[in-house]
Amino acid sequence: MEQVAGERKITYDARGLAEPIADVPHVSEITDGRATFDAAPLTTRQINLELRSLIYDQGIRDVTVLNPGAKHSIGVGILQRCTIRYAGSLGYFGLGLIDGPEIVVEGRVGWSVCENMMSGVVVIEKNAGSLAGAAIRGGDLVIKRSVGARTGIDQKGGTIIVGGDAGSMTAFMMQRGRQIICGDVGPGLGDSMYDGAIYVAGKVKSLGIDCVEAEWSDADTELIDRKFSIYGLDKPDSFQKFVCGKVLYNYDNLEPSEKKLVIH
Amino acid sequence: MCGIAGIIHRDAESDIGTEMEVMLQSMKHRGPDSAGYALFGPATDLVVIRFKLADANDPRDFDFRDRLERNRLEVESRLNKIGASIDRVESETDYAYRAVVRYDGDVKALADYLEDVPGCEVLSLGHSLEIVKDLGDANEVSQMYGLAGFRGTHAIGHVRMATESDVDISGAHPYWAYPFSDVAVVHNGQLTNYFHWRRRLERSGHRFQSECDSEIIAVYLAEKMAADGASLEDAMNESLEELDGVFTYMAVTQDSLGVAKDEMAAKPLVLYESDDLVAMASEEIAIRAVLNREIDTVDPYEGQVLVWSR
Repeated sequence: MEQVAGERKITYDARGLAEPIADVPHVSEITDGRATFDAAPLTTRQINLELRSLIYDQGIRDVTVLNPGAKHSIGVGILQRCTIRYAGSLGYFGLGLIDGPEIVVEGRVGWSVCENMMSGVVVIEKNAGSLAGAAIRGGDLVIKRSVGARTGIDQKGGTIIVGGDAGSMTAFMMQRGRQIICGDVGPGLGDSMYDGAIYVAGKVKSLGIDCVEAEWSDADTELIDRKFSIYGLDKPDSFQKFVCGKVLYNYDNLEPSEKKLVIH
Repeated sequence: MCGIAGIIHRDAESDIGTEMEVMLQSMKHRGPDSAGYALFGPATDLVVIRFKLADANDPRDFDFRDRLERNRLEVESRLNKIGASIDRVESETDYAYRAVVRYDGDVKALADYLEDVPGCEVLSLGHSLEIVKDLGDANEVSQMYGLAGFRGTHAIGHVRMATESDVDISGAHPYWAYPFSDVAVVHNGQLTNYFHWRRRLERSGHRFQSECDSEIIAVYLAEKMAADGASLEDAMNESLEELDGVFTYMAVTQDSLGVAKDEMAAKPLVLYESDDLVAMASEEIAIRAVLNREIDTVDPYEGQVLVWSR
């Protein structure tokens, strides 16, 4: 295989994982505090090193990544308020564990985008794969077209907005936060959810266990109007709201650490 | 984990050998154990039989070469006996062969007769289907079998991370849909009612060459199409109900390529469609390995069956 510039050799760590040792490629063009670099000739690790070098070492707050080429694991763990634009598509596990950045992806993303996002805004212009926004805790994740299955699985906060359709088991085990889906939703919506709210404008194929339709309130209207005006999206005429039916709630048993010793 | 890929050109022929190689090589991280190709060249009235007489990692004992040569001659003599006139028999590797014959008889009778030769497994049989699979990555297998110049219309491929059965050629994908000519399957996932279907299909006369659950899908579809007269799409739709487990699989026939996803959408698939071709793979990077430009792709949903025909 062709040796990529900047990569010296491949070593293996104790877990047996391949970890190419790479240097920061320093290939960005920087003008007026804005950086741009072409990711096409770079490996995943080099792209991430370049990004981190720009944001953390050089204090750049506006980065454009050209030709990300659907590579996996890009832009993970950026914990800084900044603006990043990806002029293309990302592969699997992109933009995970971020806290703060405002990101635009001009293409699509694969599975598990923004996994465990803490805060920030991510706007994806095209489709997303399954597990979009898995376990996110805050921030806004906006996908302008359709998403795959299990969107917002284990969601613990934040808002996920989907412009198109969503697949099966959307909002599975959701615990907090909001999902706004403009298109149709597959089977098992909100299965085993604990809390939070799901707004669906299209048809719902079937509801999951303990997910029920809820009454609409003025606060819901305010939320929907506000989010759609921020992102300039076409707002469907009406939404249905779904929440947890709380039939499965069994919270009378205390955690072991919460138990008190009672002596009779 | 495994990676699967498929490509079908709607009208023209193309270098599908090379196209499938770059698609599979870009997904090497999904399965480094073995790589396999099911390629459809131009259909002729001749029958191409790909077979092996030993596995890649069989011990090379003192008699290995002589035994394989004896068995190869036995295969040739049996071809003649059953009424298949041999055009040529080529050695691809020490243990894998490609025979081109003229034959109009019963495919099952031919395959069974050949597989009765010690060590013989028919990997594929058909007027345009050729299955090539071996240990190693996609580049290595392509070089070993000289696939670079292979032209054709559609192909599927597989890189394997073995989870259910041995790392050998018998356990590698794609699987030919014995005894149905020109049908093959690749699969990413696990089937949980494997033994149920294996027993059932064995009782109706089918043979299984491996312990790999994916082999079931090929034979299952073949039986639906051969015995029940179902179309590929109907057979695949029925499989969603009758096969349990998690799967994304692709099936090819002489003029179609189909893909099916299980009810949970547990295994990935990225799909690209244009006026000229349809390409799909477990990861988008595999499609971009062929089409190096910005493209719009979608992920099919749970329980979907899609079939494209030429």
